[in-house]
This record gives sequence, C-alpha cells and structure tokens, in this order.
Amino acid sequence: MTTTSTLASGTGRAGPAASKPGMTARLQAWLPKLVLAPSVLISLCFVYGFMLWTFVLSLTDSRLLPSYDFVGFAQYARLLANDRWWVAATNLGVFGGLFVGLCLVLGAGLAILLDQRIRQEGALRTIYLYPMALSFIVTGVVWKWLLNPGLGLQAMVRGWGFETFTFDWLVDPDMAVYTLVIAAVWQASGFVMALFLAGLRGIDDSIFKAAQLDGASLPRIYWRVILPCLRPVVFSAVMILSHIAIKSFDLVVALTGGGPGYASDLPATFMYAHSFSRAQIGLGSASAVLMLGGVLAILIPYLYSELRSRRHG
Amino acid sequence: MDNVIRRQTPMARLLRVLVYAALGVAALFYLLPLAVMVLTSFKPLDEITAGTLLTLPENPTLAPWVKAWGEACTGMRCEGMGGYFWNSFAIVIPAVAISTLLGALNGYALTKWRFKGAELLFALMLFGCFIPFQVILLPMAQTLGWLGLSSSRAGLILVHVIFGVAFTTLFFRNFYVSIPDELVSAAKLDGAGFFRIFRRILLPVSTPIIVVSVIWQFTQIWNDFLFGVAFSGHDTQPVTVALNNLVNTSTGVKEYNVDMAAAMIAALPTLVVYVLAGKYFVRGLTAGSVKG
Amino acid sequence: MSALEIQHVCKDFGSTQVLKDVSLAIDSGEFLILVGPSGCGKSTLMNAIAGLEPVTSGEIHIGGEEITWRTPAERDIAMVFQSYALYPSMTVRQNIAFGLEMRKVPKAEREAAVERVADLLQISNLLERKPSQLSGGQRQRVAMGRALAREPQIYLFDEPLSNLDAKLRVEMRTEIKKLHQRLGTTIVYVTHDQIEAMTLADCIAVMRDGRILQLGSPDEIYNDPVDIFVAGFMGSPSMNFIAATLEGEAGDYRLRVATPGADDLVLPWPISRETDALADQVGRSLVLGLRPEHFTEEDARLGERAEGTPLAATVSVAEPTGADILLRLPLGEGEITARVDPHCRVTPGERIALRVDMRRAVLFDAASERRLA
Repeated sequence: MTTTSTLASGTGRAGPAASKPGMTARLQAWLPKLVLAPSVLISLCFVYGFMLWTFVLSLTDSRLLPSYDFVGFAQYARLLANDRWWVAATNLGVFGGLFVGLCLVLGAGLAILLDQRIRQEGALRTIYLYPMALSFIVTGVVWKWLLNPGLGLQAMVRGWGFETFTFDWLVDPDMAVYTLVIAAVWQASGFVMALFLAGLRGIDDSIFKAAQLDGASLPRIYWRVILPCLRPVVFSAVMILSHIAIKSFDLVVALTGGGPGYASDLPATFMYAHSFSRAQIGLGSASAVLMLGGVLAILIPYLYSELRSRRHG
Repeated sequence: MDNVIRRQTPMARLLRVLVYAALGVAALFYLLPLAVMVLTSFKPLDEITAGTLLTLPENPTLAPWVKAWGEACTGMRCEGMGGYFWNSFAIVIPAVAISTLLGALNGYALTKWRFKGAELLFALMLFGCFIPFQVILLPMAQTLGWLGLSSSRAGLILVHVIFGVAFTTLFFRNFYVSIPDELVSAAKLDGAGFFRIFRRILLPVSTPIIVVSVIWQFTQIWNDFLFGVAFSGHDTQPVTVALNNLVNTSTGVKEYNVDMAAAMIAALPTLVVYVLAGKYFVRGLTAGSVKG
Repeated sequence: MSALEIQHVCKDFGSTQVLKDVSLAIDSGEFLILVGPSGCGKSTLMNAIAGLEPVTSGEIHIGGEEITWRTPAERDIAMVFQSYALYPSMTVRQNIAFGLEMRKVPKAEREAAVERVADLLQISNLLERKPSQLSGGQRQRVAMGRALAREPQIYLFDEPLSNLDAKLRVEMRTEIKKLHQRLGTTIVYVTHDQIEAMTLADCIAVMRDGRILQLGSPDEIYNDPVDIFVAGFMGSPSMNFIAATLEGEAGDYRLRVATPGADDLVLPWPISRETDALADQVGRSLVLGLRPEHFTEEDARLGERAEGTPLAATVSVAEPTGADILLRLPLGEGEITARVDPHCRVTPGERIALRVDMRRAVLFDAASERRLA
C-alpha cells in the first residue's frame, strides 16, 4: 500500500490573519461568562461593596441614620473604651474556646466509639446529628426552658430528692455565658461527629491492622496513628466551629437575650443592638468591621495552608 | 474495622459494655431536649407547674398547639404562628429554587466551560460564604430601602439568594468536576450548545446534588433569624422571628406548653426533611464545610 | 483535494508550546494514526481538529474548506472518545440519534440511521438500554455507532481501545479495520500503542514534544525510521541500539563494537547500504540499530549458504513467548535482545552462535540521533 500523505510544504499561506471566529463561536465563548456575570456582580456589590460601605460608616459619626461626617477612627476608640464591648469580646473568647474544644472532644469521642462496629449505628448517628437541622432559635427556646431554675432541670433533680441541687446559670451573670456553650455544643457536636466519622471511614484499614501487628493498644492506636491522620478534619472542624461562634447571634437572642443585663452579650448581639435599637450606627459598624477582622484572622491562614497543600499535591 | 475489640476476653466484653453505655448516655443527652419539648407541648399548664420536665402528660391536650398556631401573641398581635409559618414557606421556596438554579448554571459554566480567571471568580464568590453577615447588615438595609423592598418578602428572598448562591455554586461545581469533560465535548460535536448541553446532558444526571442543594438551602433559609429580624416587617416575618417574639412576649401567665408547641411548629419542617433525607443532609453539611 | 489538511498549527498553553508548527495532509478514505508518548501533543492536535481547543496560529482545512475558527458542531466531524462519553441519562438509541436530532434531521431518517448503524455494529438488541447497563466492549460499539450515524467527513478516534482488556482490544482493533475497509471512511486515530498504529494505519505520524517527527506508511516508519526516537518507539521488543565506530572506506566500511574484557566485534557494513554521508563519519562513534528479528540462530545444516554476519554471545536470559524465544545477550557495552526460533534450545550461560542481517541495520549519529544510513 502506498501512501499519498506528505508533510505539507512550508510555502502555504502564512498566518491566520484572514480568519477569525464566527458569530456563533464568539457567542458560545461568551455565554458561560454571561451566565456567571450576575452572580459575580452580586457578590462584588453585596459582599465586597458592602464590606467597604460598612467600613466607611465606621469612620463616620452616624447615629440613627447613616451620615457621612467623617470622624476618623473615633468610633473604634469609643468601642475600645466601651465596657460592654469588652464583655462581649471576652465572652466570645470564653464561649468560642469552650464551644470549639468541647465539640471537638465530644464529636471525636463519639465518632471513635461509633466506629467500633456498633449495632444500630445508623439510628445513633441520626440521634446525634438531628439538632443540626434545627434553628438556633428553637435550640435557644428549648434550652431556656430546660435551664429555667424554677421548672427545668434544677426543679427536676430537686424533685428526685436532692433538695439543695442548684443549676441556675441562666440567671447568674457570671455563668450565663456557659449556658450558651451547653446549648451550642448540643447543637453542633453531632456535626463534628459526622465529620470525624467520615474521616475515620476514609482511613485505610490496613494502617489499623499494621498498628495492631506492631502491638499497639487500641487507645494508643487512635492517639498516635489515627488522630494524626485526621488532622485535616480537625482543622476544618475548628474552622467551621469558630466561624459559627463568631457569627452566633440567634442563640444568644433566644436563650439569654444577652442577659442578665449584658452579661452574656457577644459581638454579634452587640453590633445588632447598637446598629438597630440603640441608634449607634457608627459604633455598630466599627464592631462589625472588627468581627470581620476576627474571621479573616482565622480564614486567611486556613486558605493559605489549603492552597499550599493543594499545590504540593 | 475488623477485630477492633477482641470479644473473647472478659476485659474486652466489659469494654464493649462501656462503649455501648457511653453511646447510650450521649443519645439521652441529645434526645432530652426534644423529649421535653414534645412532652411539654402536650401538657396542660397546671401539670407543668405540678410535675417535672419528664413526667408524662396525664391529660394530653392539643390545646397548646392550637393556641400556638392560631392565637398566641407574637409581640403586638395575637394571631399565632400559622401565618408566619406560611410566610417562611413563601420566602424559602422561591429563594431555594432561584439559588439552586443559579448555582447549577454557575457550577456548569465554571467546570465545563473553563475560561481564564474562572477559578479566581469562584474564589471571590466563595469568600461570600465566610463573612460574618453583620458586616453587610446596614448597607443591605439601606439598599433594600432604595429598591423599595424593605420589609417585603421579595427583599428577604433576594437577600437569601445573594448569600446562598455561593454555597449552591460550590455544591454544583464540586459535583460537575467529577463528570467527565468528554461528555460535553461529545455533545458539542453532536451540535448542542451551552444551554442544550446543560438541559439534556448534565441536568438529567444532577438529581443527587440538586437534592443536597435544595435540602441545604431549605434548612439554612428556614432556620435563618438574622436576616429575618433585620429585614422583615410585621406581616413578612419568618417563623423563627415569630417564635422568638412569641417566647419573649410577656403578657400574663407564661405558657410554657404554648412556647414548646410553637418551637415544635418552627422545628418540624426541617426535622421532617432531616428524617426523610438525612443522607443528603449530611452530604450537604460535609460538602459545604470540608470543601468550603 | 485533501480530506484534512493542517498547516503550520501552533498551540500554546500559557508559556508552554504544546504544538510546534504541525503540518500534515491526508486524502479521503485514509486512516491516519497519531502516535507518540504521553504529552507529545497528539491529543491536543486531535482536539484542535475537532475544534474543542482553539489553535494559537495556523490553519485547518476539511474537505478543502477552512474551518480553523468554526465551532465543533460546524465542522462535520464525529469523535469516539477514550471514555466513550456516552450520555448517561439517555438510552443507546437516544445516544446514537442525539447528533442527528441536534442537526434537525427528521425523525424517520433518524430512526433509519439508528437501525442501519445498529445493524452494522450488531447492537440492535441493546438499543433500549442505558449506558450503565452495558459492558465495556458494548459501550465501545455504541460510541462508534454514535459517530457512524452522523456520516461525517472525518472520524476522530481518541485512544478508543485503551479502556478495554487485552483480548477485547485485539477484537475491536480488527473490527475497526474491517469497518474502515468496508466504509472507506477518513479516520484520524490517536493512540500511544505502537501495535495499534502498525496494524490499523495507512499512514502514521509519530509525534514528540509537539512536533511530527515522521509521517509515513507503517512500513516506512518501521523500516526507515528518521531518528533513534522513532526507531525505538515503534516495534516490540524495541530496536537494539549498539555503540559502534565506523572504520574503513567506501566499498569497505566496517563497524567496530568495543566489548569490555574481550575482543572487539567487527561488523562489515553492506555495500548496498552505503551512502555518501558515511565518508565523513569514519572514526566517529555512531549508534547501530538492529531489531530483535534481524538476528537468527546459526543453522549448521545451511553451512556455506547461511546468510548474514556471524557473531557469538553468551545468553543471559531466555524468555520463551510461545511463538518465539527472546534472548538477552551482552553485546558491546550493553545488552541486546534477539528474537529466535522457538525450537532453539538454549539455557542461560550457554554460548550461542547467531547471524545478524546487516542489510536491514540502520545507523544513527550519536549526538543528533538523526539517521545516517
């Protein structure tokens, strides 16, 4: 068989100058961008634009209505001199730290226990996770009822004969913030359990068997071999939980209302109260900007490490 | 994992019992609030003050539910939760539908028609998931006013779509990435265009991710309180805001049974979704978090 | 007029050049195979022909018309993908008819086309199934059916057999060849499998680093490779490359193969294969290329009539394949492979007498790796 194919000679017409994409081709190339455009524009205006706007407001003396008389960083100075803000910020530290820590411990513990070939695992998982489907308002309302000293858990335990049992954190200014921790852990720890369980199921069985053959005891295997493998899970759980903690607003409103007094205020409720009910828009904006700063302080290292690990395969 | 605990030895058996005990106690911890909520909602008021949290109702009654639905006071008005319950649906359904559709189209355009800068645009949008919404509340309130959407359902729908679309885009993007590009190439060669490929090739295989996205958006928007309380009017409040008002309205005797019934009303739709489609719910949670 | 003509096509991804001034042309009814190692640009070239990726510069013509900037749909081509790319939500029938439907072919004609193709490929019994209910080989047939239904000017096959198991791959290879012979279609076919390339092609383009190294018939590519890469890429086991020095003068060239710890091996270069270029190469080190089948074991019965240059070596490994035996033998500074008759009884460590057919040997420049003779 002979072939008539040849390497085309180098004397052909030069360059593609004459030809350009046709109408259809150009439209096809633009359609995906057109489809994305609304969402991108929305996010540019409503996320980035509004962030900037709020920052601008925080530099003004706005009170009931936004004004644009700039006062520099005076609102930030006021904020940092504001006792209530410091209560809210400290509360966030306490609440956030305990909430994240307890959720991790409880979630990881339940996941490890559930991973022991448990009968009824599906049912248990459903029970642990259902609170995540509820609104924080519902959670707040229910726990407010449970923690009500007169009729709730305290009354129940006293009814069993422990007359001196006291559990009145809800009305104790020093302890109210811990009721937020209880309710929030109740709601979110099941979710952390689900994350850890998915992580555990993703670990190669043979790692486990190899560790057993090396003679490690069960707790040691989990502590030394399995949990280090779950570092990414811990990392993203911490991310999400801290994010929930900083945004926590509805739970406070429903459970403690920020009280007694403002003992259980969080930055989110502080911001809302000053912006919408106390006619302190400038101050409220400044607190919102600081909240954003807090989120970024967590988010940026996370994104950085994500990107870096992805680049390194 | 096989043979994690060797059942032969008594020690192992004891351990096993302990494991089950710990899991059982945990289950009680998670179930207690729900049990109390349900029990209380069926008790007459005098039984509540006489008994304790967990005593079973002696004369179960639906009266608290009826009152919570139709008569209880939420702030100034005393029309119950019913109207707000439907309000929530009127907000949630369009918001879920629009954000899911937009997310699907975005995910499709981002993965199957990649262009320069697409990843950057996506990262830009994704960031919108993470900001504390306090930072956009004030400008949003003012913008809704300019648009004539203050205190309207349409305004709330708009807000939920704006801040939901990043999540739905994330879901669909991650799903479509796993669908081979060659399918789209084949359809292009067959002569199908952008929308036709979406409708005929990708949409028919997207059912699982549509379910995930719908469930996620449904629970998020149904459970929202911040946007509801900030942007709704008296007539357009979602059910969470109404519940909070109902519980905090202090006129006369505190009716805990009505409070609990109202909480149940607010919780039931998402609980039902969770029980019916728990698998997809979990997938949404993990997709929206591990990846995001 | 060429069915497909590619002129000076370049393609850049950012700063990397994936296609570097590629030009080729094939006639209607020809079977062109693009072959090369992964990353050589063969799939990119295929995608450029299909219109799935725009080229950076250059022109593509199909049936004499310039189509460089047309959308894939406007090019009158069909493609069979490596992963088959069957639409998962459609039945086999809908899959095959989809392209016709998009081109607004009337329903009756579509049905007729589906039946014709299903008959041709013997998949009539599968028409109502979904792709997920098909085996790998059946999916492969459906993917081809989808392309055939459209009756385009050119068919593109992108490694269509690489997802099949070995036995099925050979069957389908034969089937594709039969289809091509029966229908006389123009086919561009990408593969990294050199056996597929040899068996199917009218014409092979060997690619490397975004360039076409050699374009020619399977016979030309196999027996007249332009450089060491092409020579080594085609053929299995691959060609033996032996470092050698050219000696002598026109009419009496010899290749000296230095062997550590033994006498040098001297192989006379056949007069019939002399070229003018060899005169400048005397005294320089070259690379001698010999395919495994260029060796035969010495047959004592032939005696004086035996052809080829005799040489002897110690067998290090013997690998019987059934049809023949592959011997590994130290030669020069390396080791070579020789393909000998299965009746040849040798054991490792034994010394064996071989003859090598120098008339089929090839010579390369050691530095440029280009062919000298």
